[in-house]
Amino acid sequence: MRDIIIMISSTIGVLFIFSTSLAMLRKPDVYLRISVTSKASTLGVGLILLATAIFFNEYSVTTRVIAVILFVFLTVPIGSHMLARAAYFTKTPIWGGTKIDDLAGQYDPETHELHSENRNSSIKPEKTDKAS
Amino acid sequence: MSLQEYFHFIIIPILGLSVILVFIRFVKGPSLADRVIALDMLILISICIIAVYSIMFNQSTFLDIAMLFALIAFLSTTAYAFYLEKRERK
Repeated sequence: MRDIIIMISSTIGVLFIFSTSLAMLRKPDVYLRISVTSKASTLGVGLILLATAIFFNEYSVTTRVIAVILFVFLTVPIGSHMLARAAYFTKTPIWGGTKIDDLAGQYDPETHELHSENRNSSIKPEKTDKAS
Repeated sequence: MSLQEYFHFIIIPILGLSVILVFIRFVKGPSLADRVIALDMLILISICIIAVYSIMFNQSTFLDIAMLFALIAFLSTTAYAFYLEKRERK
């Protein structure tokens, strides 16, 4: 019974990891890739580590697994948000099929502050072709 | 099919395939942010591989290295983002 639970949990986690890495190759844009990685891969890592905790069934292993899961769940969204912000400042091109870009022209290029009113005068990444 | 055989023949090949897919993006990636996020993803997959190996060989000490890798992944992503922004500001 415990083996079946471990198999199911690790299989779902591995499928999440595989779909994330497939999306890394297929998505047309940096921002879409960062979004996919920060969402799906945390769930995959959490499920595989949960399988490890069920397999060993000890207090020492379970505390380590909970520490890793908490750390990954806290830090991956922060890191990917920082990276997306840096990519926006370096004017990485946006995918041509993007409909709405709320940040366009709202960041101050000198002080890197975000304005809430309609400014539309500063950093604005270019759009690439829809095909690539 | 025992647990060890299942992990050996199904889980590890899928993880290896996803490492190859992410590595293609790491080599190809047009911008620097692409390469940084691919590196972050590689470290996350390696955490999974370490967890699977610790089940296969019944050794719980491997998980310490997984904890260390989670730390290094956050540190490297944050440092790269910081210096990417800094380089633009100059």
